[in-house]
Amino acid sequence: MRVGLFVTCLVDVVRPEIGFSALKLLERAGCTVEVPTTQTCCGQPGYNSGDAAAGRALAKKVIDEFSGFDYVVVPSGSCGGQIKVHFVELFRDDPDLKARAEDLAARTYELTDFLATVLKIERLESDFRGRITYHDSCCGLRELGVSAQPRQLLALLPGVQLTEMNDRTQCCGFGGTFSIKYGDVSGAIVDEKCRNIRASGAEAVVLGDLGCMLNIEGRLRRTGDETTRVLHVAQVLAGDA
Amino acid sequence: MHVQSMHFKSRAAMKLADARLQRNLGAFADKVITARAAAIAELDDFEGTRDAAVERRNRPLANLDAWLERFEREATARGATVLYAQTHAEAAHLIVEISRRHGVRKVTKSKSMVSEEVGLNQALGAAGIESVETDLGEYILQINDNEPPSHIIAPVIHKDRDEVADLFARTHGTPRKTEIRQLTREAREVLRGHFLSSDMGVTGANFLIAETGSVALVTNEGNEGMCTILPRVHVVLAGIEKVLPTLEDAATIMRLLPRSATGQPISNYFSLLTGTRAPGEADGPEHTYFVLMDAGRTGLLGGEFQEMLRCIRCGACMNHCPVYQKIGGHAYGWVYPGPMGSVLTPSFVGIENALDLPQAATLCGQCSVVCPVRIPLPDLLRKLRERQVERGLRPWYERAAISAWAFAAVRPALYRPLTRIGARVLRWMGGEKGRIRSLPLAGGWTDHRDFPAPSGRTFIEQYRERKAGRG
Repeated sequence: MRVGLFVTCLVDVVRPEIGFSALKLLERAGCTVEVPTTQTCCGQPGYNSGDAAAGRALAKKVIDEFSGFDYVVVPSGSCGGQIKVHFVELFRDDPDLKARAEDLAARTYELTDFLATVLKIERLESDFRGRITYHDSCCGLRELGVSAQPRQLLALLPGVQLTEMNDRTQCCGFGGTFSIKYGDVSGAIVDEKCRNIRASGAEAVVLGDLGCMLNIEGRLRRTGDETTRVLHVAQVLAGDA
Repeated sequence: MHVQSMHFKSRAAMKLADARLQRNLGAFADKVITARAAAIAELDDFEGTRDAAVERRNRPLANLDAWLERFEREATARGATVLYAQTHAEAAHLIVEISRRHGVRKVTKSKSMVSEEVGLNQALGAAGIESVETDLGEYILQINDNEPPSHIIAPVIHKDRDEVADLFARTHGTPRKTEIRQLTREAREVLRGHFLSSDMGVTGANFLIAETGSVALVTNEGNEGMCTILPRVHVVLAGIEKVLPTLEDAATIMRLLPRSATGQPISNYFSLLTGTRAPGEADGPEHTYFVLMDAGRTGLLGGEFQEMLRCIRCGACMNHCPVYQKIGGHAYGWVYPGPMGSVLTPSFVGIENALDLPQAATLCGQCSVVCPVRIPLPDLLRKLRERQVERGLRPWYERAAISAWAFAAVRPALYRPLTRIGARVLRWMGGEKGRIRSLPLAGGWTDHRDFPAPSGRTFIEQYRERKAGRG
């Protein structure tokens, strides 16, 4: 099974270790994984900023780069949603590219969805121990239906104790450029998320998206919380956390 | 209503700093979200009912002119007069004219967001006609110096009981009450006199039923009945998109509207008003007028925003919106707040007058998850962002940043060295703790949270090294 890993632009620059955790998980599961090294970004920042042309240019690039794989795996619900849902929308007036976008969408999976649904993983090598809570990222949850999959995988780890936080499906306030354009509103939203995380009593909040991760970690640290860990689910599942 | 949407940022900042408002908004969201979830769970087939509601809203919108004509025919046959207004000003003018024709001195109003669009109270006041809001929330706002509503179904949700108690004591000159029951009784006593001396009732319309020429009204307080049954004249002010072909359509949508709005299986009142008082009937108006208003709605027909016209004004999108929950409705600066307002406001008052609204959303998607008529609100917000870009309405620095990013992102040979440098610079900026406390051009981020610094080397460069090492 040839799997193309789309690491995402934020993992590439800010948290490369998450990309390696994802790679490790896929290889351990027996996949032949390749990371096309010309990959950059799925185009979501442009698309969501109203620049459909930029969105299309990057969508076409991703479609070309990942045309030969059986599956394409993305350690992010947000970029996964862009590829699976919005690429098709971007090419609604271009039958050829629309067909290619649909083909890519059918082969593309968010990481935990792929591990749980396609590979049906039943064993994981991770000695992670701790009390965690899980934040559901918006695009993963609402565009891709990622909710049970990460929990199912985390339940395979005997050392994990999951306590759900209040309003776990509530947005963390990231919203891409929203977090910069409306920093104060975004700050108030993530503040509430941080309160719910702390109230859960968890030692770590685990999640599946870099945007939420940077937003939540940044706010926890700014407000003096030095101890609550913010971890990508790939790190926990791979035993890298 | 005067448009203040261009001041979104400063108004939002003000609302965030208002501790009392924050408390009131938080309490409201918790209550209404829980109530809706419970009420929706009671339905056997929510998704199927939604599909049916979508179809029943789409059908009249596909041939709106024909259905409006049908409505006009049926309503006229039952003694009502149907008038059309192209603009807010025309609608106000028509209603002032109707008041004059019937020698109206006092108007009692049931809650209507379209009347907020029109600025009806001001128009009537300017013509020397007293207009009294009789919905409790709207009444509170009116006596508080005509404050605008902050929510489409819970207009005074930004205020708590203590604020209302102070306002009533001050306005009514009565001893300060502390119990909600006492406060509502006091309002009722004031309003009763107005109901009995009213010459004309004005309501909005939840639906206009084409097959019977009726108006359907969904309310909880009973004031609507006092506005429509007691006065000599009843004026229905409605947007033209409110028409439904049949009573059965209304029945289907009613399975979703109160549940989505307040979490009630059915509202306290559902009135179906048809025609004028017939000879021998004990009550009802002698004259019924429908003022059917366009004011921007036809601009959405047949275009990529048409789905917005399905909206049944339940307010679920704003109740579930993380942004609305933090800033309330006033920050949005016009009649309709929250996600539906961020689509409607630019559409109705001009995209250039509400630039922040489509941007001030995280696109989390919860609004479309709860929308009973499946309006793809995040997609519509994104399309409005595209219109802003096409019309050159975004600031130059934002366009420059996106263009520069896109230029580099399609050129890996340029992007790779840039990200390598970027990762290293950011690591250096993060210092020992690996946290960046201030980032040039991203102050919006770092004013409110740290930026966790990268570890310094990109994934792709490390991956290439590993591959080379292995190979």
